[in-house]
Amino acid sequence: MTDLGPLIPRNRAIHPVPYDPDYKTSVPRSPGLPLLSMESTPSEETGPRFGHSLLGALDNNLILNFTQGAAPAIGERILMHGRVLDENARPVPHTLVEIWQANAGGRYRHIKDNYLAPLDPNFGGCGRTITDENGYYEFLTIRPGAYPWPNRANDWRPMHVHISVFGHSFGQRLITQMYFEGDPLINRCPIAATIKDRSQLDRLVAPLDMSKSRPLDFLAYKFDIVLRGRRQTMFENKLDGM
Amino acid sequence: MTQLLNTLTETPSQTAGPYVHIGCIPTFAGVTGIYPQDLGLSPIQDGAKGEQITITGSVIDGTGWTLRDAMLESWQPDAAGKFPGHPNADPAVTGFARFAADKDSGEFTLRTVKPGAVPARNGAPQAPHISLWIVARGINIGLQTRIYFQDEDNSQDPLLARIEQRPRVDTLIAKKTGPGQYRFDIRLQGDNETVFLDI
Ligand SMILES: [Fe+3]
Repeated sequence: MTDLGPLIPRNRAIHPVPYDPDYKTSVPRSPGLPLLSMESTPSEETGPRFGHSLLGALDNNLILNFTQGAAPAIGERILMHGRVLDENARPVPHTLVEIWQANAGGRYRHIKDNYLAPLDPNFGGCGRTITDENGYYEFLTIRPGAYPWPNRANDWRPMHVHISVFGHSFGQRLITQMYFEGDPLINRCPIAATIKDRSQLDRLVAPLDMSKSRPLDFLAYKFDIVLRGRRQTMFENKLDGM
Repeated sequence: MTQLLNTLTETPSQTAGPYVHIGCIPTFAGVTGIYPQDLGLSPIQDGAKGEQITITGSVIDGTGWTLRDAMLESWQPDAAGKFPGHPNADPAVTGFARFAADKDSGEFTLRTVKPGAVPARNGAPQAPHISLWIVARGINIGLQTRIYFQDEDNSQDPLLARIEQRPRVDTLIAKKTGPGQYRFDIRLQGDNETVFLDI
């Protein structure tokens, strides 16, 4: 079906360190022994595919999806948009992107979140979409609030949206977070700081994108996502036909 | 200076956090009415060919405490070793499941069919296995591992063969506890730490 080679090995140096004492929960939950590295096999190169028929009309509209259009969520209206690409700079079309986030006050609709900020009766906090043929996706949502969390005595999460992407291979699976340009809490966040290379953390900070903002309606933030690519090896392809 | 490679770099991971269930399995998290049902409830449909099996286990941290907030995903071929999309694949096997640790006991359950063997890229046989991906608060990049089976011949598997400390091979092998029943515990750290993969 495809002429692609093995997955490009992950460059773990750009990723967060698994063990970081400033993010206390990582201390007992990070492997202490090295990972076992190996070239990918079909088990990692294949992956689940989801069709557009999975989606409901409001799935990527977090302002309306919890009430199915009856009443809008409270908060600053924003468009979050971008492309999913691979390391070869090619779009990743038709892949599922899921997001979740706190409401405008910084509260999640979750039994374990007992922050003082109120729940918004019109906000659920999740959405999903499938990229188009050019790898493009968009969500209409509200800007999530910052929130305090139990770590060090006074730690706050910057405004962020959690993002899960599938790609086309199980080995491409990625969960990350989008931050917002200009948020002073990014530099104080122990979770953001698990990424040790500042230039890599900056890649998670979405810039304001006035070109996609709609006057009198919403501001836009652009967030491109890069997944692992696959090695392009014409000689191997001729041998394998894989 | 040299020419530019013009390649991109993978987006860095961040922890899935404590509320990953809202985004990935909202109905499980109590956020209902947005999607008809959670994604990946079962990797098989009625009529899937092969031996029906149940794998139970838990995810245990470095202090011996069982995680209550882990979310797992599995990916596997059908009983003949064909992944979905392959022309001869069993149409009743979607291959993908999402499941969470129970919020009280921490136990997870995966009901599926036993996968068939899939050869590696070079054609070398691999023993039957299920790929697993584990995320949770405190896990900064999702952990990859595999479930192999105690009652299969794992002696020629190329991945298991690469594990230098031979007793650690055991951490990737689900133990048979009854007909069609297996136990697979995942230890994030410390004694009997599970072999995690960079693959
Ligand atoms: Fe969060």
